[in-house]
Amino acid sequence: MKGISFGQYYPGDSLLHRLDPRIKIVLTILYIVCTFLCKSAVSFALLLLSVFVLILVSRIPVKIVLRSVRPLLIIIAFTFVINIFWTQGDTPPLLEIGFVRIYAEGIWNAVFMFFRIFSLVTGTGIFLTYTTTPMDLTDGLESLLSPLKKLHVPVHVFAMMMSITLRFIPTLSEETEKIMNAQRARGADFTSGSLIRRAKALIPILIPLFVSAINRALELANAMECRCYHGGEGRTRLKVLKCHARDLVVSLAVIAFGVGLVLLNAVKFGYVMK
Amino acid sequence: MSNVFIHAENLSYSYEEDGGKDKHPALQNFSVDIREGEYVAVLGHNGSGKSTFAKLLNLILEPTDGILTVGGVDLTDPDIEDAVLLEHRRRVGMVFQNPDNQLVATIVEQDVAFGPENLGVEREELRRRVDSALETVGMTQYAQHEPHRLSGGQKQRVAIAGVLAMMPKCVVFDESTAMLDPGGRREVLDTIRMLNREYGMTVLNITHYMNEAAEADRVIVINDGELLMDGTPDEVFSRREELREVGLEVPQCTELIHRLRREGISLEGDTVSTPEACAALLEAAYTKLSKS
Repeated sequence: MKGISFGQYYPGDSLLHRLDPRIKIVLTILYIVCTFLCKSAVSFALLLLSVFVLILVSRIPVKIVLRSVRPLLIIIAFTFVINIFWTQGDTPPLLEIGFVRIYAEGIWNAVFMFFRIFSLVTGTGIFLTYTTTPMDLTDGLESLLSPLKKLHVPVHVFAMMMSITLRFIPTLSEETEKIMNAQRARGADFTSGSLIRRAKALIPILIPLFVSAINRALELANAMECRCYHGGEGRTRLKVLKCHARDLVVSLAVIAFGVGLVLLNAVKFGYVMK
Repeated sequence: MSNVFIHAENLSYSYEEDGGKDKHPALQNFSVDIREGEYVAVLGHNGSGKSTFAKLLNLILEPTDGILTVGGVDLTDPDIEDAVLLEHRRRVGMVFQNPDNQLVATIVEQDVAFGPENLGVEREELRRRVDSALETVGMTQYAQHEPHRLSGGQKQRVAIAGVLAMMPKCVVFDESTAMLDPGGRREVLDTIRMLNREYGMTVLNITHYMNEAAEADRVIVINDGELLMDGTPDEVFSRREELREVGLEVPQCTELIHRLRREGISLEGDTVSTPEACAALLEAAYTKLSKS
């Protein structure tokens, strides 16, 4: 349990790893928009190419990137089927069995949707979750959302809560392990029986875990007060996020990519989505 | 003589339950003066009020009665200003029992920076303070580590560094070694002693380990919220019977000498409280014995 790594962060030192987290968050949003801008076969080809480029630049093994698609396979299959069967084409159907009519447009749409979801998931994964530590992500979000402070949104409080959560995930998971072992030593069985029985077996774990989490929270609050914590006001930071030349270069590349996609939508090759 | 840093006079505190109907006195008419640069151990068994005393020092709890001034700040003042309170907490650092529950950040050096960050220390100064605090406790090479991968003793040293980065005058250790293994305990005790000897900090070590108390310059014994004894370790541990009555043992070496004497072996000198003094005493007796 000690070696637990939460999130999907894949340690590395690539260009993407070193980008400013704020830039990465903005670029991820841009990239998601890009995937929805794609309309033509040519622009989808460029989109797929961009996923390859991202994998190459981030130096994350293809296997690990593909793993992030796995939980979404059901959704992908679902949209695929829906698109095949529900698209109405102008040309005569390719196949007609009873009331089911399959058009060429339907197949195109299904394939395009598959590409769209695939690049959306892998692209955001590579930009954000694989190359950014949860802590950097929190810092980036706090910094990006800081204008909201003027509207009295407690941005600092949320960021502090998130970073404390991240800090305590390994501690609490270690504790869970300890409690489970203690219960097992007294004959508790967590793995057999019906679902309800197994859920019930978790109660003796959850109660001590909650009690200890609350105690920890109280102690931590004391410790933080003793270290002069009084909210985000007047607080300085040891680690200050800084934009470098590389951030600018990558941002320009993503913007150019988006513009390229839109322009390529005009190329009437293969099929163009409506 | 240096100045009095902590002044408590007839200090009392009671925990209230049931909306004030039920009162559990934790500290009663407690009076003590602690001077700047002293190394004081506060002894007492569980529930004796020693931790309550620690919490009062940092105004985590507010005294119900009596006088408590720390470094010239009156902590019984109900309208204490926030700025005064912050400055007070900067000067009196606190290290708690559970190393896990006092580390805030996911990276060691960011945790050490937490205190001065709250104080609004500028970045260059911040960097300097973090580096020097980590160096003082000997944790520089772990600056980029995640706290949950460190040993208990190391975590506690990081917590100490976090307090040091605020540049305190006094550090209160509230049973900081209770959850550590012997190795970790040694690490922390060595650090405590160094802070006192080399940096001249006032140190309060609240503990129920007798061996730890023996390392201090002065031992205060609290029992049932009242001050029972106050003196050098040798003075306090010479009152073996009284300590036993309130459920406290004397250090093993003190006990050893005591029993040897009871068995009729004449050993010269006073009560001893450290293993070194004990060894010296036994050696002197041995040489004397082998000469005769």
